[in-house]
Amino acid sequence: MAGNKIPRVPVREQDPKVRATNFDEVCYGYNNEEAMLEASRCLNCKKPRCVDNCPVSINIPGFIMKVSEGDFAGAASIIAEDSSLPSVCGRVCPQEVQCEGACVLGIKNEPVAIGKLERFVGDWNIAYGSGEVVKEAPNGKKVAIVGSGPSGLACATDLAKWGYQVKVFEALHRVGGVLEYGIPEFRLPKNGVVAREVDNVKRLGVEFETDTVVGRTVTIDSLLDEEGYDAVFLGSGAGLPKFMNIPGENLNGVVSANEFLTRTNLMKAYDESYDTPIYVGDKVVVVGGGNVAMDAVRTAKRLGAHATIVYRRSEAELPARAEEVHHAKEEGIEFEMLTNPVEILGDEKGWVTGMKCVRMRLGEPDESGRRSPVVVENSEFEIPCDVVVMALGTMPNPLIASTTPGLETNRWGCVVATEEGATTREGVFAGGDVVTGAATVILAMGAGRKAAKAIDEYIKSK
Amino acid sequence: MFRILKKRELAPDIWRMDIEAPRVAHSAKPGQFVIVRASENGERIPLTIADYDEEKGSVSIVIQTIGVSTRKIVALEEGGYLPDFAGPLGRESEFVHEPIEELKKKKILFVAGGVGAAPVYPQVKWLHEHGVEADVIVGAKNAQMHIMTEEMRAVAGNLYLTTDDGSLGFHGLVTAKIKDLIDNHGKHYDEVVAIGPMIMMKFVAATTKEYNIPTIVSLNTLMVDGTGMCGACRVTVGGKTLFTCVDGPEFDGHQVDFDEAMRRQGMYRTIEQRKAHIEAERAAGHKCKIGLDK
Repeated sequence: MAGNKIPRVPVREQDPKVRATNFDEVCYGYNNEEAMLEASRCLNCKKPRCVDNCPVSINIPGFIMKVSEGDFAGAASIIAEDSSLPSVCGRVCPQEVQCEGACVLGIKNEPVAIGKLERFVGDWNIAYGSGEVVKEAPNGKKVAIVGSGPSGLACATDLAKWGYQVKVFEALHRVGGVLEYGIPEFRLPKNGVVAREVDNVKRLGVEFETDTVVGRTVTIDSLLDEEGYDAVFLGSGAGLPKFMNIPGENLNGVVSANEFLTRTNLMKAYDESYDTPIYVGDKVVVVGGGNVAMDAVRTAKRLGAHATIVYRRSEAELPARAEEVHHAKEEGIEFEMLTNPVEILGDEKGWVTGMKCVRMRLGEPDESGRRSPVVVENSEFEIPCDVVVMALGTMPNPLIASTTPGLETNRWGCVVATEEGATTREGVFAGGDVVTGAATVILAMGAGRKAAKAIDEYIKSK
Repeated sequence: MFRILKKRELAPDIWRMDIEAPRVAHSAKPGQFVIVRASENGERIPLTIADYDEEKGSVSIVIQTIGVSTRKIVALEEGGYLPDFAGPLGRESEFVHEPIEELKKKKILFVAGGVGAAPVYPQVKWLHEHGVEADVIVGAKNAQMHIMTEEMRAVAGNLYLTTDDGSLGFHGLVTAKIKDLIDNHGKHYDEVVAIGPMIMMKFVAATTKEYNIPTIVSLNTLMVDGTGMCGACRVTVGGKTLFTCVDGPEFDGHQVDFDEAMRRQGMYRTIEQRKAHIEAERAAGHKCKIGLDK
């Protein structure tokens, strides 16, 4: 069938009015027929541009051909060569600037729904896959992984397959890192997807130790010297929230997106059977324009508040995935673009009552290539609200670097590492947000896999 | 899972539990705390470390039942398990890094209020084990509410007990006892460490300010993760915003904005009170038919 004649198969979603009141997943995903039909649109290009634009170079046409033939197990094993988290990445990757952004069909029509197909294959594999484990014989070497987020899981998966004894140390009480505490249930189901992908890693023999804060409970040194690990992979992410340092930021009702989302996702504040308190009031304003800001504002809406995004640039510069912005709008989120807070206002008891803002306009492009926002004079105005959520980005936690002699960090607090993941400390490798600063799941996963290779080479050369 | 090795009531609604947590016991130092969760749907709550025994691999916590979560912890029995026990968190007390000879020259006064005696104990004990004798004031509402007195007496230089009602020791607040020691008994102190309710620490800091005595306080702010991730524990110290969990919990008491800290502590109070109330009603067998517990 000529691929470009069939329109992109729409994906079924929960009605926006209904889903804005619950935490169930927004997107239902494709069924077998829909997936096969959508897969048939792929032109199977000789020089697939989608693969070049995938941070982990998944053989995209290869797995899509298998889907179009109805060989879902075959598709799963093709993806597994390059990705250990297809159900996650199919849901959270910014496909529009990666694989789908490069799809030839997208020039005149709509690109192949690569993300939705990847998700379909991942979910099919969770539900029907054989769960068969192929791994090499144990080689007697031990590797410790710090952090159970995407980079740690990916690194652990490869090393376990190659016969290493791998243990993952997690500071929180649940495994998954940002997949567990950061990304909301309505975008990435915890028990249905995250826990199942983690189960796949456990099946390879990888051990997990929760409630262990590296830098406090144990140190990198104690893992290497006392516990006999041959190498350590540092995938502890970027968990430290940023604030604006404007007046009123410590009023009751101002929280970081990390706190707001951790209370809801990890601590299940939306579920009455959990003890976790959360405060939304009537009106929540979220400051920021990334995926975390969208997650926070849509969470606030679901918790019953009138929810608004305040962002200092224009809509075209929003760093969030296009789909999240689209979903947020459908759900009735308000957007105050070209707006920047200058002060949080409070009552005499110290509770938030509003936010003083200024309007912005776009000036010259800055070093990131985006046009930098400039304050419009005399444009001050107030937005009344009860809660302000700061979603301004995150930095790596200094806890590990400050307790690991010889581990260098740069001026943003990120661990200095080579492309392959080698740090300035022998035997210690790093990848993901702890190296790059807050980025994407797929980049972290890719970095974890590269580091696994480097760790393998390092241990074999010892 | 972390086994509860021992549990006993120290005073009305104040319990001590010894928890099997070898890694925490191995790494714990004076001044640090742990994050505990009592059940799968429970909150993560910060609790100070009251003692630790590396050989036994045990860590002791003291819990005063003040809400849903603390009651859940105390409802667990000896031989049972806490699902989560993470730590040691926070920075250790500064004196741990001071040369012992310098410490020996210093006269340190610890001031504990109520369950604040628990986190003060490992600090005084550490100093005692390193040949430094520190004076300790422990204040409580009445004689019955005093905890860990014998342990404290064994490691403290001079131990002064105070009660609000005069049923034991000095009749009055700990701040009055500080003044009494300095003004009437010729005592001189180079440093004060105060741990207890926020309001007590505020007034101790105000008192020591009059005498120009450097004062350390240990803040018990709200926390979620306890590792620097959420920022719920933000506190203003000397005009700068710091995180209690990673920058503290010990700060210069003369620099802390206590009024803000106390206000922030109450951020979720009404929500928690509501939850506690619903919990109590449920426990009493009440089933809400009109959905008020939703």
